[in-house]
Parts: sequence; structure tokens; C-alpha cells
Amino acid sequence: MKLPSLREIGNEAKLLLIGIPVLIWTLVPIYHMFLFAISPKEDAFSGKLWPDHPTLNNFSIVFHQQHYFLRDFWIQFFNSVVIALSAGALTLMIATAAAFSISRLRVPGGRWVMNLALFTYFIPAAFLAVPMYRTMGNYGLLNNHWSLILAMVTIASPYAIWVLKQASDKLPVELDEAATMDGATTLQLFRLVYVPLMMPSLVAIGTYAILLAWNEYLYAFLLLSKDTEITLPVALGNFLAADDSPWELLMTTGFIYALPPAAIYYAFRRYMVGGLTAGAVKS
Amino acid sequence: MAITLSGDHAIPSPPLSARLTTPQVWGIVMLAPYLLVFLAFVVYPVGYGLWLARHPASYVALYHDPIFARAAVNTLIFLLVGINLKMAIALFLSGFFAQQRTWIKWLSVLFILPWAVPSIPTILSVRFMLNPEWGVINQLIFKFTAEDGPNWLNDPSVALAMAIGVHIWKSLPFWTLILMTGRLAISHDLYEAAAVDGASWSQKFRYITWPSMQTLYITCTLLSMIWTLGDFNSVYLLTGGGPADLTHVLATLGIRYLRLDQLSLAMASIVCALPFVLPLVYFMMKRLSR
Repeated sequence: MKLPSLREIGNEAKLLLIGIPVLIWTLVPIYHMFLFAISPKEDAFSGKLWPDHPTLNNFSIVFHQQHYFLRDFWIQFFNSVVIALSAGALTLMIATAAAFSISRLRVPGGRWVMNLALFTYFIPAAFLAVPMYRTMGNYGLLNNHWSLILAMVTIASPYAIWVLKQASDKLPVELDEAATMDGATTLQLFRLVYVPLMMPSLVAIGTYAILLAWNEYLYAFLLLSKDTEITLPVALGNFLAADDSPWELLMTTGFIYALPPAAIYYAFRRYMVGGLTAGAVKS
Repeated sequence: MAITLSGDHAIPSPPLSARLTTPQVWGIVMLAPYLLVFLAFVVYPVGYGLWLARHPASYVALYHDPIFARAAVNTLIFLLVGINLKMAIALFLSGFFAQQRTWIKWLSVLFILPWAVPSIPTILSVRFMLNPEWGVINQLIFKFTAEDGPNWLNDPSVALAMAIGVHIWKSLPFWTLILMTGRLAISHDLYEAAAVDGASWSQKFRYITWPSMQTLYITCTLLSMIWTLGDFNSVYLLTGGGPADLTHVLATLGIRYLRLDQLSLAMASIVCALPFVLPLVYFMMKRLSR
């Protein structure tokens, strides 16, 4: 092993000079949240970088719903889970069928539908929020979980269809032809050939839709309003209503809320990076 | 089609069901769920929204509303300054993360965190950090200078800058990652050849990196601009549009009008943005549907 030259040391130092600020910039808001979550109320407001008496008491208060703002914590958590999973499952079903139909069956007008879907994908979601709110009112779905689930499906499926279509265009046509020769019906082709081959993309898209619905704030707070109907992010926003909000509890709840998506993201990182970023921007 | 058929005009074309093969019928059936969703939750709301925004009086009212003008300017600042700054940093950092080092690999795993966690709790965390009395930033300022720090979110331009900062914090990892895949696709031989010829760092960037990344970079910038128009959370949860409604952007303004029960104004403010959004959307569609 030879000693690093001066030039190499200089290079490494330059990289560190970039790396350390990047690390601090990335972690500060998250660390601040974590710090509040493990601090008793007196410590939280002292501006210290580590609490004198770290505690898990805040978590216990949240889990036992021992605060006015938290009295419906579990039901809100449950709402978030149900809505995220339903939106994920529904998006997956609708988008897979549509992508199969457009890409493999070459349905007439499929290209048109694809373009319409892409168009929706590029319209900023906040622009659709106000008309969507009125529409749900007209359909009589306000304050009903279905309104948020359907809104999330509407927003998630264009991108889902597009990514799945890109992926299924890459499957060789000969597969379909061979299966049809062997007497497979269209449904068998879908169930036994297409879905198994598309599994990696389906996992990525399912995760994408679940995370999208779990993280959604704007639509959730427009469409749902009853305390027992809202999702966790709306409940977090409601903390701001009072001037003397219990910030340490807000941060604790936020921390609990942020854990599942972060865990899912890291667990499926391989799929997410391969399946999604490649699809996000095609140069 | 019409020309080729004109010869055998007398023969009635067979009914639709006979012209379609079985797979095509299945194709229509399988496409139907999405079409239903599209009709019920895109076509109808958009049509309804446009119908609500049909009165010229709404636009006159918007024109006279100083908050609308301010929001339009804020949105432009957000897009032109915020996005370009973000993409420039992302381009720079993509070069940093493309370095082959174990510690940089680990750093990149942490670096993705802002993108992986939901934005609401982290924005609220930043909001409290900026609290003038109790926030950690002003406490540190007081500790070191014995003077009170600024009231961050009470000054409209500082508050808007902070909202842009939050937006950058959240979405920088995503764009860095995408630009990094673009960088990694460039052949390493080019850089080696340039190094042999004694090219400097800036020459390598100018003659190798930029030419091969330029399309991707511009596509990303435009896409990010379109999406940022819909960034509701960064502004709403950090400043709530305040102080005195001076930090609204178009995404939060629509909701403000909705809250005030001025639905036609809410829709009209969105319609006003369409002439800028639609060309960008059209351009992006052309890019991606190739």
C-alpha cells in the first residue's frame, strides 16, 4: 500500500467539503423532528442539540391518545392505511389492465388514451383540486373515504399506465403469439404470461401509488373533514389551529407517520430506482 | 380510408362487433375502467371548472385583486429562481455523487431521505425551527450574538425564500438522482481521453458532460417547473400564505378563494395560468410519447 499523494488528499478534502454540508443540509429538519420526539416538553424548547433527559414518553402519549389533538390517533392511522392500500390496489388493477390493453392487445384508439393519460399526468395536481372538490360534492362523496381513494387513483394511474406500457412494450411479441398458438385465451394470456413477467414493474407501481396516497395532504384535507374520517397528515395540519400546539407531540406523530413510507422506500429502493426514475424522464 | 371504400359504396359496412377480433373486444373491456375514471374524475371536473370560470367578471375581479398579482409574481419567482437554482445544484451534486467512493455511496443513501419521507412533518419541523422565540435557529443566534434573530416568516420575501428552500430540500434528491443516471451513461473513455490531452475540470464539463446532458437537463427543468406549479405544501404549511397573504402562489391561491367561498375566482385564477402551462405540457408530451 502506498501513501496517498498530496493531490489525492486535496481531492478527498474537496469532496468532503461538499459532502459534509450536504449531509447537514439533508439531516437537519429530520433530526430536529426526531429530537422533539424524544424530548420532554421542557427540553424541547431549550434549543439544545441533545436533550438532557431523552424519553419515549411522547410516543406513549401518542399511542395511548392522551391528548386533545390525539384523541383519534389510531383511527386516523387506520384511515391512512386503508386509503393508501385501497388506492394502491385499485390503481394497480386499472393501470395493469389498461397497459395490457394498449400495449399487448393494441386496442384501437389506445394511443389516444395513452396521450390523454400523459396529459393528465402533467397537469399540476393542485390545479385539479378545486374542481375535484366540487365534483366529489356533486357525486355526494365528500367526507367519504371513497372520494380520496378515487382522487388518488385518478392522479396515480396516468403515470402508472405510462410506466407499465413502456415496460410491456419491451416484452417480445413472440411470447403472446406462442401462447395464443397453444390455445391460450386473452384472459389466460393476461393472467399466466403478462402479469408474472411484469412483476418487478408492478411492485414498483404499487409502491408508488401507496406512497402517493399515504403522503397526500391537499386532497385529503379538502375532501375529508370529520375528525374520525381524516388521515394522519390532515390531523398533523390541524395541530396548527391552536397557538399553544404541543409541538413535541406533533413532531412525535409526524415521526411515526414518516416511518412507514421511509421503510417502504428503502425496502423497495432497487425497484423504485430502476422502475421509476428510468420512466420519469426519458432523454 | 374513405377513398378506398368509396368504390364499394353499396355494400353496408359490417356492424362494429363483427369487425373487432376477440382480443380487441377484451382490450376495450380492459381499458374501460380507466376510461370511466378519466371521464368521471378528469373530464367532468375540468369541464365543470371551466364552466364555473366562464364569467368575464371573475377575471376583472382577479385583475383588481392585489393578492392575485402578488401570487402571480411569487409563482414566477418560485419557478424561475427556485427551479433553476435547484437544477443547477442538482447538476453539480450529480457529479459529486457519481464519484466512486464507499462513503459517497453511503451518503447518497442518506441523501435520498427528504424524498422518501412525507413532506408534511418535515415542513412543520422547519416551520418550528424558524419560530422567532422558540425555534432552534434564533436560540442559537441569541446564544452566540446575544441578539434576537430575525422574525423569519414575518417578512414576505424571507418567508417566500424559506418556502423555496423547503421545496429545494424536498425535491433536490430526486433530480440529483435522475441527472446522475444521465451522467453515468456518459462513456468513461471520453473523460480519460480528455485527461490524457490535459483538459481542465471546466473543459471536461463544457465539452463532454454538458453536451451529453443538455437535453436531459432541460427536460428535467421544464418538468420540474410544471410540477412545482402544483406545489401546495411547501407554501401552505410553512407560511400559510401569510404574512398578510403576501406569499401565496397560484397553487395555494385557488384554495384561499375556495375557503372564502369565491369559487369562480378560484377557477379563474387557475384558468389564467393555463396559457403558460399548456405549451409546457404539450412540449413534454411530445418529448415523452416518442
